[in-house]
Amino acid sequence: MAVITFTIDDIQYSAHEGDTVLNVAHANNIHIPTLCYLEGLSPFGACRLCMVEVEGSPKLFPACTTKPAEGMIVRTKTDRLKKYRRMIVELLASEGNHQCAVCVVNGHCELQDLAYEVGLDHVRFPYLFPNKSLDATHKEFVIDRNRCVLCTRCVRVCHEVEGAHVWDIAWRGINCEIISDMNQPWGDSQLCTSCGKCVRVCPVGALLEKGQTVGELRKERSFVKFIVNARTKREWITNGIEEDE
Amino acid sequence: MSKTITISPVTRIEGHAKITIQLDDNGDVVNTRFHVNEFRGFEKFTEGRLLWEMPGITSRICGICPASHLITSAKAGDDILAVDIPETAERLRRLLTLAQLLQSHALSFFHLSSPDFLLGFDSDPATRNVFGLIAADKELARRGIRLRKFGQEIIEILGGRKIHTPWTVPGGVREPLDPAKKDYIKGWIPEAKETVAVALKTIKQIHKKFVKEIPAFGNFRSLFVGLVTPDGGIEHYDGLIRIMDGDGNVIADKLPPKNYFEYFGEAVEPWSYLKFPYYKPMDYPDGMYRVGPLARVNICDFIGTPLAEEERKEFKALGGSSGCVNNSFYYHYARCIEMLFAVERIEEILNDAATIGTNIRSLASINRTEGIGCSEAPRGILFHHYYVNKDGVIQKANLIIATAQNNLAMNRTVQQIATHFIDGKKGKIAEGILNRVEAGIRCYDPCLSCSTHALGQMPLEIELTGPGGEVLDTVRR
Repeated sequence: MAVITFTIDDIQYSAHEGDTVLNVAHANNIHIPTLCYLEGLSPFGACRLCMVEVEGSPKLFPACTTKPAEGMIVRTKTDRLKKYRRMIVELLASEGNHQCAVCVVNGHCELQDLAYEVGLDHVRFPYLFPNKSLDATHKEFVIDRNRCVLCTRCVRVCHEVEGAHVWDIAWRGINCEIISDMNQPWGDSQLCTSCGKCVRVCPVGALLEKGQTVGELRKERSFVKFIVNARTKREWITNGIEEDE
Repeated sequence: MSKTITISPVTRIEGHAKITIQLDDNGDVVNTRFHVNEFRGFEKFTEGRLLWEMPGITSRICGICPASHLITSAKAGDDILAVDIPETAERLRRLLTLAQLLQSHALSFFHLSSPDFLLGFDSDPATRNVFGLIAADKELARRGIRLRKFGQEIIEILGGRKIHTPWTVPGGVREPLDPAKKDYIKGWIPEAKETVAVALKTIKQIHKKFVKEIPAFGNFRSLFVGLVTPDGGIEHYDGLIRIMDGDGNVIADKLPPKNYFEYFGEAVEPWSYLKFPYYKPMDYPDGMYRVGPLARVNICDFIGTPLAEEERKEFKALGGSSGCVNNSFYYHYARCIEMLFAVERIEEILNDAATIGTNIRSLASINRTEGIGCSEAPRGILFHHYYVNKDGVIQKANLIIATAQNNLAMNRTVQQIATHFIDGKKGKIAEGILNRVEAGIRCYDPCLSCSTHALGQMPLEIELTGPGGEVLDTVRR
């Protein structure tokens, strides 16, 4: 297997086939913010928070889906990137109905953490206050589309890990929504096994357990990596599971 | 020439309101109105939300008494889950209720009302506030601030934060009380008792000082409504509704709070966002009733803690042979008695072994589609009434707030004070008289954030208008 040498933020790193810029960066303790990415699930490139600059191209590339090439020069912390990352979080905030103060994951939310990280002290875009639905028909879980950031982690974990493929994306553009089965109530789903993986991977409070109150829901997400490792490598390494705090 | 005097907004209350006083051609007061010009709409936008979120959402109605909304909402949730909460959870919720009562009453008495009493209604408005109080009587102000801190500390110990804790939930509470923290709370009790004794001594001196003002400070007969224990004792967390008339007769007793809509109606007037609740059998507006400290101390047969019970007897003597105190000025006195009760009762609860337990939450799913929670907020009886679907999604919410229930009485109080003190013939309105009108409102410690679910700025503007609406005189603070 050929080893590739490339540069991230002026330091050279080697990558193997199948690596992405993001996992090489993470393996070398270079922080790149992410939202839709989750270790164990296929990269999707939906949120654009992990965008990096590649010398020689005017375009920005999502680190999670970009493969390193020999001699590639990547920059992860330029002013341009910081500006766009902040703008992305502002757009996410303005497109949904995110009321942190009364949300089940207040204090344990990846979007909230990102907002702090990018220095989001106010939102410059008008809030859209979209009329989104809440589906509480499932016996144990709820989907509140007001808080959904369309990261598609739920879609991927259900399809790739559980194998049920309950979730999908309906509609187009800004009107996209996560739906269960063929846009039927979640409680009526023929496919759902009630495993709860989608709830645990959701980075925000869009998928939640019934009965949870404000700030009470903490999600543990490293189980995905554990299951995928066990399935593909026949390795059951439990010390990888930690509480996401 | 008839005139209208407007006081807008009213200061040192929680929220935003204005008062208009209409004068006739002779300069006599013909009508007064206490307008609440704020609107928030919690009942509407909680439709479609989950039952379990309701305590967290409704506690955001107010930053002064979020715990009261939290508890009442959780109780409506208990009703929908159809569960009895564990004994420890009940003790801890009571502790929260009393801590809330104490901190809110301390705020009302020391921070908001005592500047009027101690500096005088006619003193300079620039210094007639808590800072002026600090300058005039540093020790009293310090004590007041610390008493409020005591209440807030209990709330923080129980719920993790002083304001908007989400700790009370349908089915119980989220965290037990740490036994080490229990001893810390107990350490505050002696100082809190001393401070309340100072407050009681102060209010009794004030009764003597304001002999001229008190007889016209909302002195009228009305019904009094509140919760009592099944055997007639004072109650804040649970209990049954008792209704007393202005002559001290109990006209309805042991009414279950879940049937509140059979007893109380709500009228709407075009000039205020605050609704006008009334006692249905007596119709609107004759069914006017008062809630809060004055009502609670009036209607109960006993208080049940030794020091507060002695004070209750002294209080009842003010009502003469009927034993019913009809003067709204004595809300302040009743508030002080309740502070004493709260401190004594907090001590009792802390000494109760059941308070330290770890069984604190009953788990259940939706077992009813309608639930009603009721408790006594610092300002009076509070109802949360929810309808949910089988999945626990709110279909309709009705919140009946203490301040709204005092709305008719507040209007009546303004009218009485205005009629007594304002002589419209002089054309100009003396500052001190308008302050008396405001102070009349302040007896009720109204929380307009809660009652309309609103919040606003507080400059003071007084307007005199002629019959055609033309502004004749304006005074701004």
